[in-house]
Amino acid sequence: MTMKTYRQALHDTLRAEMLRDENVFLMGEEIGVFEGSYKITAGLLAEFGDQRVKDTPIAEEGFTGAAIGAAMLGLRPVVEIMTINFSLLALDQIVNHAAKIYGMFGGQAKVPLVIRTPGGGGQQLGATHSQNIELYYAFVPGMKVVAPSTPADAKALLLAAIRDDDPVLFLENLALYNTKGDVPDDDTPAEIGRAKVSREGHDLTLIGYSRMAYIAKNVADALAESEGLDIEVIDLMSLRPLDRDTLIASVKKTHAAVVLEDDWLTYGIGAEIAASISDGAFDYLDAPVRRVAMAEVPMPYSKVLESAAMPTNDDVITAIFQTLEAVGRRLKKVGQSHD
Amino acid sequence: MTDNALRKPKASAKTSGAKKVAAPVTAPRSTPAKKTTARPATATAPSKARATKKAPAKKVDTAQLVSFYRDMMLIRRFEERAARAYTEALIGGYCHLNLGEEAAVVGLMSALRDTDYLFTNYREHGYAIMRGIDPNRAMAELYGRVDGVSKGWGGSMHMFDMTHRLLGGYGIVGGQLPLATGAALAIQYRGLDEVVMCTMGDGTANIGAFHESLNIAALWNLPVVFVVINNGLGMGTTVAKASAEPEIYKRASAYAMAAERVDGLDPVAVFDAAQRALTSARSGKPFLLEVMCERLRGHSVVDPAKYRSAEEVAQLAKFDPVPALAHRLVHDKILTSAQVHKIDEEETARADAADAFAQASALPDVTTLFDYNYATPVANDSRRLPGDPLFAVVARPEVVR
Repeated sequence: MTMKTYRQALHDTLRAEMLRDENVFLMGEEIGVFEGSYKITAGLLAEFGDQRVKDTPIAEEGFTGAAIGAAMLGLRPVVEIMTINFSLLALDQIVNHAAKIYGMFGGQAKVPLVIRTPGGGGQQLGATHSQNIELYYAFVPGMKVVAPSTPADAKALLLAAIRDDDPVLFLENLALYNTKGDVPDDDTPAEIGRAKVSREGHDLTLIGYSRMAYIAKNVADALAESEGLDIEVIDLMSLRPLDRDTLIASVKKTHAAVVLEDDWLTYGIGAEIAASISDGAFDYLDAPVRRVAMAEVPMPYSKVLESAAMPTNDDVITAIFQTLEAVGRRLKKVGQSHD
Repeated sequence: MTDNALRKPKASAKTSGAKKVAAPVTAPRSTPAKKTTARPATATAPSKARATKKAPAKKVDTAQLVSFYRDMMLIRRFEERAARAYTEALIGGYCHLNLGEEAAVVGLMSALRDTDYLFTNYREHGYAIMRGIDPNRAMAELYGRVDGVSKGWGGSMHMFDMTHRLLGGYGIVGGQLPLATGAALAIQYRGLDEVVMCTMGDGTANIGAFHESLNIAALWNLPVVFVVINNGLGMGTTVAKASAEPEIYKRASAYAMAAERVDGLDPVAVFDAAQRALTSARSGKPFLLEVMCERLRGHSVVDPAKYRSAEEVAQLAKFDPVPALAHRLVHDKILTSAQVHKIDEEETARADAADAFAQASALPDVTTLFDYNYATPVANDSRRLPGDPLFAVVARPEVVR
């Protein structure tokens, strides 16, 4: 184990994979000479040269599509899209091409592509630079979408993504880059399509991914300490495929769920989680599934407005207590009628 | 292309002098307007030039010419057969045909090496066949059968065969350009002596992917030839109405890229131009080749092309490359009229055989629906059918907690 930041874990994993496999190469805006907008690729141009660390023009559709084409011929490009907001310029290449090529041609061409890109607000970057739109990609069959919340998972999922033969959108988060954690020294990849129970408990299931999984764990630990609550935390890790079984098993045990998401509530990933719980554990629920999500506005610039729009620890705590109150009311009612 | 080589009988170049050409049956069967030789109004206006280079006076390779004719006739008859099957509702989806573009297709594809790659768009049946794909498998794809070149998953717009290095027909206008650029990047990365050809229609020149891809290709010196098949029409919109610079090859100058325009009615001119373009690309200088063609029918089989005037349609037959080449072969005494007809009969039979093969091919088994979800299997990959519940309904045990 080595203590390192999420940023360092990504950097070290990219470097190790480039050393391991010469087909792995990097493409993106400002990743070489500038060393990356968020410095994930610092030092890699100097070490590997400009054939394997390719600075691209500002042309997301062009270079993302080029990475797909290179992947079809067996290379393993890892594309950095500076933020997920800019991925919209490559939407056609990702949705209509990367995600389709394997199935549409009857399995004749694989697309072993990774698109690394950070989402997230909280940096006062305003409406076009603060979005969480991973849902757009998680919606599409043929894509794999992963979203680590810890440095260890960042490493394990990036290893899995690079070694996978399908297009993987690898979601990072601006607010997580400087977070620290123990990272295993061995290179065991995570299993794409599996969620992780990051804290076991019996009182309620708290579900999140990326930054909200980080918040979920912190809130659950704090409430155990201060309130003696026993909350189970599930880190989705993979948005497509979605590990519904782990969610359902947890809710069958806890009988209540709060879903945390940094995206907008309406049609958001939390809606899919809530619907899945309804399908798989309806009869086990003692309270409605509660969602905590961003306010449905374009992200404002002003700090006070931005903070008001984004989910906070307090929002999560409020949702947990209100859900537990609803559970209590139901238990009382059930107790009166059955006991 | 070994399949092609097998398919083509030895061209018999030596012929006895024929006096007459019986007009080959071509589509559309419109009356040629005899008074004018002007091109159809939609075609290339306002540009008059059909080519930027004069064809050099060189010795005609008669065997090549006959071979081109046979290939063009196969495409013609294949497409007509496909159109018939489409109107009989035997094949579905969209069906865009190469009718009128046979000389361009044959000239371009003949210039490629077996080791080169092709990316193309949704008007790609002829390209697929010329890359060496068995017409039977091309037709079976149109029928959505298991023997189809994409196993019935792609249809008319999405033919693919890694063996013959056809890396896809693509249905999204411009979608293939970034992919082709990336394939060229992979070739460069590995230091190989291969080239990617990427064909598109004239309308594609106006989409963002065109600009981004040509810029990247030129910037990185990638081995790729971009080919614009300019048939004058993007669906029903003329080039003049869609392109501020309708002489599309000139766009290359914005990327410091070499370019040429060639007459797409002459397969030899196209072949020669394609060879120049490929040679350039193979040396790390990407190329933009504009091939001037006519679209003899609608955008797709179902399009009656009412946006074209009767006069314009009447002129189209004059710009049909198939009878033009037949005429040349007979006029130049390379083939007799009878030999020309024999080729037509043989290729018609080939198209009919493809249709019969396709009809006899099995439909895909619905149990294969999820076979191509992912190349690397992963946990929790969804395999539910539309009516399936996510979970079997489970009642909560009657236990008070």
